[in-house]
Amino acid sequence: MNETDKIIEVRHLSKSFSGKKVLEDINLYIRRGEFLTLLGPSGCGKTTMLRMIAGFLQPDEGSILLEGKELAGTPPHLRPLNTVFQRYALFPHLDVYDNIAFGLKLKKTPQEEIDKRVRRVLKLVSMSDYEDRDVETLSGGQQQRIAIARAIVNQPKVLLLDEPLAALDLKMRKDMQIELKEMHKKLGITFIYVTHDQEEALTLSDTIVVMNEGRIQQIGTPTDIYNEPVNSFVADFIGESNILNGTMIRDRKVSFIGHDFDCVDEGFGEDNPVDVVVRPEDIYFVDKEKAQFSAKVKSCVFKGVHYEMFVDTDTGNELMIQDYDAFQPGTEVWLRIEPDDIQVMRKERTQNTFDGEVIDNETVRFLGGDFKCDASAYSSGDKVKVEVPFDKVDLLDNEEEGESYGNVIFILYKGDHYHLTIATPEGEKVWVDTNDIWDKNDQVGIHILPEDIHLRKAEGNE
Amino acid sequence: MMSAKKIFAKAYIWLLLIVLYSPIVFIAVCSFTEAKSLGNWTGFSLNLYKSLFTGGMQNSNALLSAVYNTLLIALIASIVATILGTIAAIGIFNLKGRKKQAIQFLNNIPMINPDIITGVSLFLLFVFLHISQGYLTVILAHITFCTPYVVLNVLPKLSQMNPNVYEAALDLGATPFQALRKVMIPALRPGMISGFILSFTMSLDDFAVTFFTRGTIGLDTLSTFIYTDARKGGLTPELRPLMTIIFLIILAVLLFINIRSSKNTQESK
Amino acid sequence: MSKRSSWALPYFIFLVLFVVMPLVLIVVYSFQDASGHFTFSNITKFFTDKDSLSTFALSIEVAIENTALCILIGYPAAYILADKSLNRSAVTVVLFIMPMWVNALMRTLATAELFNMAGITLGKGTLLFGMCYDYLPFMIYPIYNVLNKMDKSYAEAAEDLGAKPFEVFTKVTFPLSMPGVASGILMVFMPTVSTFAISEFLTNNKIKLFGTIIQENINNSMWNYGAALSLIMLIIIAITTVLQGKDNSEAAAGGAI
Repeated sequence: MNETDKIIEVRHLSKSFSGKKVLEDINLYIRRGEFLTLLGPSGCGKTTMLRMIAGFLQPDEGSILLEGKELAGTPPHLRPLNTVFQRYALFPHLDVYDNIAFGLKLKKTPQEEIDKRVRRVLKLVSMSDYEDRDVETLSGGQQQRIAIARAIVNQPKVLLLDEPLAALDLKMRKDMQIELKEMHKKLGITFIYVTHDQEEALTLSDTIVVMNEGRIQQIGTPTDIYNEPVNSFVADFIGESNILNGTMIRDRKVSFIGHDFDCVDEGFGEDNPVDVVVRPEDIYFVDKEKAQFSAKVKSCVFKGVHYEMFVDTDTGNELMIQDYDAFQPGTEVWLRIEPDDIQVMRKERTQNTFDGEVIDNETVRFLGGDFKCDASAYSSGDKVKVEVPFDKVDLLDNEEEGESYGNVIFILYKGDHYHLTIATPEGEKVWVDTNDIWDKNDQVGIHILPEDIHLRKAEGNE
Repeated sequence: MMSAKKIFAKAYIWLLLIVLYSPIVFIAVCSFTEAKSLGNWTGFSLNLYKSLFTGGMQNSNALLSAVYNTLLIALIASIVATILGTIAAIGIFNLKGRKKQAIQFLNNIPMINPDIITGVSLFLLFVFLHISQGYLTVILAHITFCTPYVVLNVLPKLSQMNPNVYEAALDLGATPFQALRKVMIPALRPGMISGFILSFTMSLDDFAVTFFTRGTIGLDTLSTFIYTDARKGGLTPELRPLMTIIFLIILAVLLFINIRSSKNTQESK
Repeated sequence: MSKRSSWALPYFIFLVLFVVMPLVLIVVYSFQDASGHFTFSNITKFFTDKDSLSTFALSIEVAIENTALCILIGYPAAYILADKSLNRSAVTVVLFIMPMWVNALMRTLATAELFNMAGITLGKGTLLFGMCYDYLPFMIYPIYNVLNKMDKSYAEAAEDLGAKPFEVFTKVTFPLSMPGVASGILMVFMPTVSTFAISEFLTNNKIKLFGTIIQENINNSMWNYGAALSLIMLIIIAITTVLQGKDNSEAAAGGAI
């Protein structure tokens, strides 16, 4: 692809607030004319990145290039970009016409030209009769359109939209999504859109950048991201999915929920643990002869377009299935999953690995606490790598009772157990497999038995 | 390191603060000397502080009784204003339309009127009703200009309060009075407290209203005392340590509140 | 629920007795002479007495000048205090408010004494200075509040649309801060017109303001004339309130988000 097709390039972008890293080594490029969405949960850094492109924040490291030129050092009012703010920020002391004309008047555009362009853009957002109106008399959806009009009348090279539809009700939001997409097609401007709503991202975008905790998880088209998520975060964030532990037997054969399945993925090695994703709509009810496994229906709920059912497989795993037919709870059913519908993902980790320091021959310090274990092979002060299996970390209701403590930041259901992410006050992460039910933000104590703590020497550059 | 804009801004602020505080600092400095008139320096001395508390020099009895009156009147007026204002706010909150507008308009009048008008009008009222002027009239006058502030502080708390809590309490078996006490008052308390503090402050500071409603029995609050004193030419020296002490108390209270509230925001981060 | 609206009744009666009646009495007394007969003489006395008229005019003039001075000095101060890049200290803001709590008369006397010591003769200049000094915190605080609470995204939107920092202020921040300025004017203008003690002290009684002549008349048992003068002042208040009301609704539409 031509270098000139890249309108914005982000290189090694990093940003911290009060010591906490909000963006870490972000690299991406945006093609001229495309609709690109930054998608992620709150706090993932997407708004921070948008504001840096707009110029309201300065990066700590890295650079942002617009058409090959570095943007740092250019203040917002000189950047050929315009922003649509989340809560519109329409000037209350000016009417609709003056709001839209604001940027043009600053550039000393002649009055005739202003008139022409303002009227044209009002037509584009279907608000032609509203010129003289007071902005406070407009509804949320109308204010949103004026905010968009105010931005695009300046013919920016790139339009930045910061969760513009977040404050609207569902119906309004869906209507505006369609309008935005049409506007994008008509105008041909590059749109950079920020949202936490994955459905919105899938509807609107040419390209989606999925972000979490300051890092890019995956970049791709909506179909790519939906059908082939690269890790369990993306799989869980986008759409509904069944995420399960599996083992790659060999190329194109994977084992999960206690059965072997043909699949289309290769290159994961032999007998390696992997994560498997199957979308609920991709599990089919079939006759016994064609089935790969059986299950018993636990619940069946009508969702309007389809039925949502939870089933327990013959091997004790829970699966979510969406189908146009209903099967009543208690029924035994026969199921099949096609190879194309099985997405195999690399596990990001297979066990917990911490940095630790040996205190004495039966104590090691890691995770901000002192744990008892067999450290007789080491001397006091040695730096070690501490390995603990996911299912050997105990979580306690009482924070004080464990050797360490933290709070639950992410819960992933894996069919027969929960895979939790716990963060300690210092920001270290612990991953735990458990059947106990915890809520996000629960404060928990962390306890590990000595026999489950494995130490190995830390290599030089680990 | 700092931009020119920042330097200029800080200088401006500091200059203003210096001008703002010089008279106060001046009073404080002069409280440490025994000179009779403000501005003379006859050497460092703590005698004024002593005589303020022990009633040594001439006028300090009158001064202390003025201080006492000021505090007493402020306390009584604020308490009554808080009770009256809270009940009124509950009533107003439940009114609608014209009646609500009317009473809110009347409530605003004492706040809009300059204190001299409030003072003169109440003076004429007491004359007209043949009420002899003294403690009673001053306290009534203070209640008049304090209550609107209580109403204004309690009304927002009423709108923030869940409208169904009173009914919920009744539903669970409380009598109306119990419902009021156990459920509404706690919700309104922050507004009542800020209304009380505001009333107390306005009453302490008042001059004109007290001036016109105190009659001729020699009732003085601190403000009227200072006024008559200054007109006689020659400020009672003990006023200087008194003002200094008052100022330091206010300073301490405000800094304490500020440090406490900034600690709270720090902890909640 | 509707039963509780009757709780407003006691206060309503209180207000009628202590707010409405006194004001009615001012009107009544204004149109009476010493023996209780109806007369316009008090009103005509005001309009024909050279002293009253000139004092009145002077008071309005001083009030306007003082208000203007307070805005001129106070707005930059409020702006600096509210701008996070220039001031991060809540204590500084408190420092500006604290002088309000030290007795106004006392501060005025100290100011007068400082002028004496500096050899500056007391007169109109010192009066204006002293007034501004007394009322400055009342102008700074409402402007500071509005600026502080203003949604930052207005300034960002203006910048995003191409406004240079100075233009952001003139075209967006300043217009949207008008409600604060209006509040400040309300808290400074009328009180200035009606002060009496302060002007005595700051000008050694050389200059009399409107409040002073009201006070003198009441004290000398010239209640009727004093009431008439108070009535004049009430009319001024009514006029400014109505103007404020109109201004406020425009400013509220302009600034209240």
